Amino acid sequence: MSTRLATGGRLIDRTRSIEFRFNGQRLSGHPGDTLASALLAGDRLLSGRSFKYHRPRGLVASGAEEPNALFGIGEGARFEPNQRATTQELFDGLTAKSQNHWPSLEFDIGAVNTKLSRFFPAGFYYKTFMGPRAFWKHVYEPIIRQSAGLGQPPKEGDADRYEHFYAYTDVLVVGGGIAGLTAAKAAADSGAEVLLVEQTAHWGGRAPVDEDGGEADVAALVDALEAMPNVRMRARTMGAGVYDHGYVLAYERLTDHTDAKEGPRHRLWRIRAGQVITATGAIERPLSFAGNDVPGVMLASAVRDYVVNWAVSPGDRTVVVTNNDDAYRTALALHKAGLSVPMILDARAGGGGALAQAAREAGIRVENGKGIAKVQGGKRVTGVAICAQAGEGAVLETIPCDAVAMSGGWSPVVHLWSHCGGKLTWDEAQAMFRPDPDRAPTGHDGKPFVITAGAASGAMQAQAARADAAVAGAMAAERTGREASRADAAQPASSDEHPIEPVWMMPQGARYDLRSKAFLDYQNDVKVSDVQLAAREGFESVEHAKRYTTLGMATDQGKLSNINGLAVLSQSLSTPIPQVGTTTFRPPYTPISMGAIAGEARGEIFQPLRRTPMHRWHEDHGAHWEPVGHWRRPYCYPQDGESHGDAVGREINQTRARVGLLDASTLGKIVVKGPDAGKFLDMLYTNMMSTLKPGKCRYGLMCSENGFLIDDGVVARWDEDTFLCHTTTGGAERIHAHMEEWLQTEWWDWKVYVANVTEQYAQIAVVGPKAREVIEKLGAEGMDSQTFPFMAWEDRDLAGIRARIYRISFSGELSYEIAVPASQGLALWEALMDAGAEFGITPYGTEALHVMRAEKGFIMIGDETDGTVIPQDLGLNWAISKKKDDYLGKRAQARSHMTDPKRWKLVGLETTDGSVLPDGAYAVGQGVNANGQAITIGRVTSTYHSPTLGRGIAMGLVLNGPDRMGEVIEFGKIGGGRVSAKIVDPVFFDKDGEKQNV
Amino acid sequence: MSDHRTPLGGASRDGRVRVEEMPRRGMITLRGDLSDATFAGTVTALSGTGMPGQRKVELADGGLLAWMSPDELLLVMPPEDVAGALDRIASDLSGQHHLAAEVTDARAVLRLSGEDAAVRETLGKLMPVDFAPGAFGPGDIRRTRLAQVPAAVWCVAPGDFGVICFRSVAEYVYAALTNAAAEGGAVGHY
Repeated sequence: MSTRLATGGRLIDRTRSIEFRFNGQRLSGHPGDTLASALLAGDRLLSGRSFKYHRPRGLVASGAEEPNALFGIGEGARFEPNQRATTQELFDGLTAKSQNHWPSLEFDIGAVNTKLSRFFPAGFYYKTFMGPRAFWKHVYEPIIRQSAGLGQPPKEGDADRYEHFYAYTDVLVVGGGIAGLTAAKAAADSGAEVLLVEQTAHWGGRAPVDEDGGEADVAALVDALEAMPNVRMRARTMGAGVYDHGYVLAYERLTDHTDAKEGPRHRLWRIRAGQVITATGAIERPLSFAGNDVPGVMLASAVRDYVVNWAVSPGDRTVVVTNNDDAYRTALALHKAGLSVPMILDARAGGGGALAQAAREAGIRVENGKGIAKVQGGKRVTGVAICAQAGEGAVLETIPCDAVAMSGGWSPVVHLWSHCGGKLTWDEAQAMFRPDPDRAPTGHDGKPFVITAGAASGAMQAQAARADAAVAGAMAAERTGREASRADAAQPASSDEHPIEPVWMMPQGARYDLRSKAFLDYQNDVKVSDVQLAAREGFESVEHAKRYTTLGMATDQGKLSNINGLAVLSQSLSTPIPQVGTTTFRPPYTPISMGAIAGEARGEIFQPLRRTPMHRWHEDHGAHWEPVGHWRRPYCYPQDGESHGDAVGREINQTRARVGLLDASTLGKIVVKGPDAGKFLDMLYTNMMSTLKPGKCRYGLMCSENGFLIDDGVVARWDEDTFLCHTTTGGAERIHAHMEEWLQTEWWDWKVYVANVTEQYAQIAVVGPKAREVIEKLGAEGMDSQTFPFMAWEDRDLAGIRARIYRISFSGELSYEIAVPASQGLALWEALMDAGAEFGITPYGTEALHVMRAEKGFIMIGDETDGTVIPQDLGLNWAISKKKDDYLGKRAQARSHMTDPKRWKLVGLETTDGSVLPDGAYAVGQGVNANGQAITIGRVTSTYHSPTLGRGIAMGLVLNGPDRMGEVIEFGKIGGGRVSAKIVDPVFFDKDGEKQNV
Repeated sequence: MSDHRTPLGGASRDGRVRVEEMPRRGMITLRGDLSDATFAGTVTALSGTGMPGQRKVELADGGLLAWMSPDELLLVMPPEDVAGALDRIASDLSGQHHLAAEVTDARAVLRLSGEDAAVRETLGKLMPVDFAPGAFGPGDIRRTRLAQVPAAVWCVAPGDFGVICFRSVAEYVYAALTNAAAEGGAVGHY
């Protein structure tokens, strides 16, 4: 059984006990424990059920690579699924529950899957759930959803807060092991600014466990670095991803380790680094033998971590199985802790070097050329059956034991090196992929910006790793323009370790029944036999085999399984490993919380809300809001008990009969000034703007180079050199950028400046037959049509506020749009409401605006246009100048497709029964197309109930529409059926404009 | 003449640092040839400062002159001086191509004050700017992004920073800043 040892444990504080709950049971541990070490100390070997076969699984590792021990941590608003026990520090009151089992962890119905495993081969879903098609939605998907998945999603909103932090540094070092510390010191000695991040709570990585004197070396380096003003150190901060131009994301966990949950829970560091050093260490590989997933089988390095760091023994009797010398350290550590190691199985016929000798001298039985045929036991290891590594698995001997420590060699953690394009090379001697320093990720200047250090470089021996890290630190400093002194790269002392021999399957010729219980990917239940099957079925690319078998696709992203899996694939294909290659390493290194990604963007500040100066007034007067870009505009102002439709009708009737008020502040306002301003606007708009007289306004259309309508609005000429261009609400920033782009890239020699002054002004439209009287009441003089005609602008003082008044109309009514400084917008609005009271003034919203413009046949960008519509489609030829040599879009509009008479053209539509056409409905023609679908001959672009006319009105684009006035065509309805509509002029109301010209 | 309303009505909140809306400031966006002697002379006479270098701001009593782009400046002054300044610009620069537009009410002006490192951290949670004291000190300005909206930030003195944003998003910016300045969020980076 696993238990807490009486002495030792460098990371735990034995003087204190803390309590936590696991599946409702009270357990205890010590400060410094991880959830994993505390569970193991309590003999909680079984940590969960596997994803597919629901096999019992226990801890395999001691760090971020752990595939099995995933738990739901916390409760209620702090519950989070799929958290690794190995990276969850224990705190008082922690609650954890296991996942993926029903009804309980000890007894799980789904475990029947493991008995049926031969019916769940690689590609099972693809092979089984082929058809019929309808079964996907109603049968297969619900079943798969029910049976798949790990943790449950949280049910409450997150109680914590999160944030981002932008940081800049010369050198970023990822990984606070001995290599990271050494590299940081070397870089910092040059004077460079250094930021050092470490994912765990402790500095030093493996050195304190694996090296004599390692702990003291680490302490000395940490002390030295802490004393340097140009060094910043962050524990519990993981380098998550490396991106272009030295951009790195790091994930800091601030409160996951404590019951005090004050302040942000996670902080996402958004770092710009001149150089990045990845000192990310290496991860030990499992060996692929039958039953290598039985709880109690662990990585050799993890076994000694638990013993040395937390004084936890995974078992009383531990068999060590290895293909390299490093695992002997585990045997020696167990021996030193007074635990029994009945046997070391070394798959190499020649056995190990000095460490093996030390093990023998300690009295441990070492068997060379041997391996494990099969692990005995179900929910925990009870023994191992021994075989010759060279054979097929004939059992030579059975050894009772309760733990197995395995080592298949080490793989450098190359993830961060690879994220931004660093390439790998296959190191035959060490049987590992390691970074190729000649093919590093490069920055904007084509020069490398990532350097690996220590074991992450493939320097596996202690001294070699330090030497490599010192060089990496100095190199990084030099690349950021510092002078660094480089210690001569110490010649690695001749190693007394024997080389690793690759073992991708144990035994080498394992029979099918053994291979089909030898797991590669614990989290996704992928076995040696699955990868071999994929190879036989033709999945030769490692990327295809990965997706077919799901190898490496779980939340651990194959940290333990990828190399073993591709080696098995390589053997099956008889293709060398380097040719098979690796799958792609993508950020983040381990999963990061959604909260950290969102940062501050939640609740009130989830998204910016743009408010006009009158926003609060609208809110106070019951506005029903419509989002328009990031703005909120009143859709209508329902009065007590009124439906939205009724409110819109009332607002329109009141405006047409009396007077209405619209907040038009959101309309874009761009000042265009300079001697070439007229020439510039002639290029931007389809019609002529340079001939506009100061004091006058003109409506214009703007097209893209491709001829399509992108915006429209009224242009006012302020003076000889200055124009004000109104854009649509959504177009202000876009059109401003459009103007700047043309001025900066094509017409850079034209004397034109533009400025976006949208927010400087509140703009209020006073609309309706009584509009003039309301404005005159506020003190404006000379408002008569002679002095101040339609499509002119004038400056007036209104209620003591200097205003620029544009006499323009988007409703067909007598209408003034009044612009005042935004700080005085509310004052003017309230003054207009007061002055208009005697005329029955009403504020109206965007829907009334839409209906009134549709009654007049005015187009709306985004309704009548969708990026494929040209002005000619909308009958706007009158607004396209024939005199101009050029304007943006002119050439495109001359192309054959644009001049095709079969382009659908704008018409008005009146249903024969007076109903409102469905929005976006298609007009149906004769016959069907090649796909058996009805031929369409048009579509509805805008459709409303017109309270003015008392029936439905619509606009639409129809084949040969303008030539078919009076014809009745049919439109499809949602849910079936047809509705017929007559083609009419799009101007439904006051065609001669008598109302607006008064 | 009715009262002028600022977008936040002078709101303020104390957290790790104080976030407050500044009283209404007169502002003029000026575009032109920054290297032209007449242009520079007119502008600096109005600001009472020197010409700002790239990404720099010249501070004056009650105002400032900020570099906004290779051909754009922002002139900040008491609101009552704007009309006169615009007249002066129009007459002095009548012969040369330029643009001057009043943007007094297009923007909100906020101030962050308190312990220098805390102010820098608060801003560093929202703006992609190197706020290390050696990289960003008095007289530095950046036009950049604050969370999801455009904004500019400048340093007046240690522990005293200004932020401007568009008027319509003033409430968002104020909420984002006060959230970032909430107690318990010390980073300890500066």
